[in-house]
Amino acid sequence: MNLAYYPGCALHGSSNDYEQSLRACLETLDVQLKEIDDWICCGATAAHSLNQKLAVALPARNLALAENKGFREMLAPCPMCSMQLLKARKALADDAALRRSVSEIVELEIRGETQVLNLIQLFEAIGLDRLKAAVKAPLASMCAACYYGCLLTRPPEVVEFDDFEQPRSMEKILEALGGKTVDWNFRTECCGAGMTMASEQTVLELSHKILTNAAAHGANCLVVACPMCHVNLDMKQPNIERHYGVKHAMPIYYLSDVVGLALGFKPEALGINRHFVGKA
Amino acid sequence: MAAGMDLGPSRLIRLLQLGQTEKALRAQGMWQCVSCQTCSTRCPKSVDCAGVMDALRQLSVERGTDTPEQQRTVLFQKAFLRNIRRNGRLNELELIADFKISTFVHGRSLSFLLKDATLAPELMKRKKFHLVGEKARDRAVLARIFARCMDDSIL
Repeated sequence: MNLAYYPGCALHGSSNDYEQSLRACLETLDVQLKEIDDWICCGATAAHSLNQKLAVALPARNLALAENKGFREMLAPCPMCSMQLLKARKALADDAALRRSVSEIVELEIRGETQVLNLIQLFEAIGLDRLKAAVKAPLASMCAACYYGCLLTRPPEVVEFDDFEQPRSMEKILEALGGKTVDWNFRTECCGAGMTMASEQTVLELSHKILTNAAAHGANCLVVACPMCHVNLDMKQPNIERHYGVKHAMPIYYLSDVVGLALGFKPEALGINRHFVGKA
Repeated sequence: MAAGMDLGPSRLIRLLQLGQTEKALRAQGMWQCVSCQTCSTRCPKSVDCAGVMDALRQLSVERGTDTPEQQRTVLFQKAFLRNIRRNGRLNELELIADFKISTFVHGRSLSFLLKDATLAPELMKRKKFHLVGEKARDRAVLARIFARCMDDSIL
């Protein structure tokens, strides 16, 4: 399998442990990632909060860069990026006049045809049977709370992925790897997203509820597929513990960490040793 | 998330229906909103409440009606976009420096300026922090895209 790769800023910044583990997994599973040449930021929350045109133009340029190289599919492992790319793609597909004006703004002809996949969808495309066959170290001791957060499943008419209230796609992957999952209540609640810097209290409160609920349902770790969720639940966990006077000590894994562990990689090869919360 | 807002999505929408735009623009709700899309997804009338939040934020910034309580979020979003316009890709170190300086200029809070300073060595130890960030090659096109989308004075 050969597909375009849009890492986004987080995976080339402080969430480079996410890129490390997904590259390790995909190499083993014969997926070749071709990074989009000279990609730019999708604009994230700042763009859609402050300027609607920019919120379409920035992702549109990246779609055009991939299209013009002939890629039909692109992996965007950050749900913020993939949602912004899909939102722009949908707006462009529905409106010829917008396509023309955005093409002029971004100085590239854009059709909006490249399909955008999140990491869960890529593992689904590889196939659960293939994953199962590649398992070298079943996740026997893992009892995971799969956490989807906001943008993997919302807005549903944009991302068109899984059930937006009761998603199960990550659980299916975990179970194929020999792990157990728990039923819990906060799978699609928000962790505070991009408020980490501007309003830390929002993040502490929302993330504390998520960690508390996961533990109450018997989880011994959380599995995420989003760099922002990881920052808020892992990097901010010491602050949450200090603020609420509790000890969570809840390891937070990227989906590619747990796939990598099952494929037989050592934690250090996946960047798990670079997380803030150590192995429980 | 709506529980923590002074005016949540349904109240803001009601104010707008009643034509009380100014009152809606003075609320904190849209700046407390984390854009999680829950309200839009669950609205029984399919109102895109999160889209309305975006529109309120954009109007508020364009009209300059953002109140001091809203400042931190607004300053963060502006610093973020300035960073993208300059580099094409987010440079986290530059963003933090720009955001901290602009909040200090506005609020003179030394404790907020120094908050999280201890995080930098922790991130460096984990090789998650880069002193020299990545940049897109064609940064001139970024400046042109921004100029075509928004008024320079907003950032």
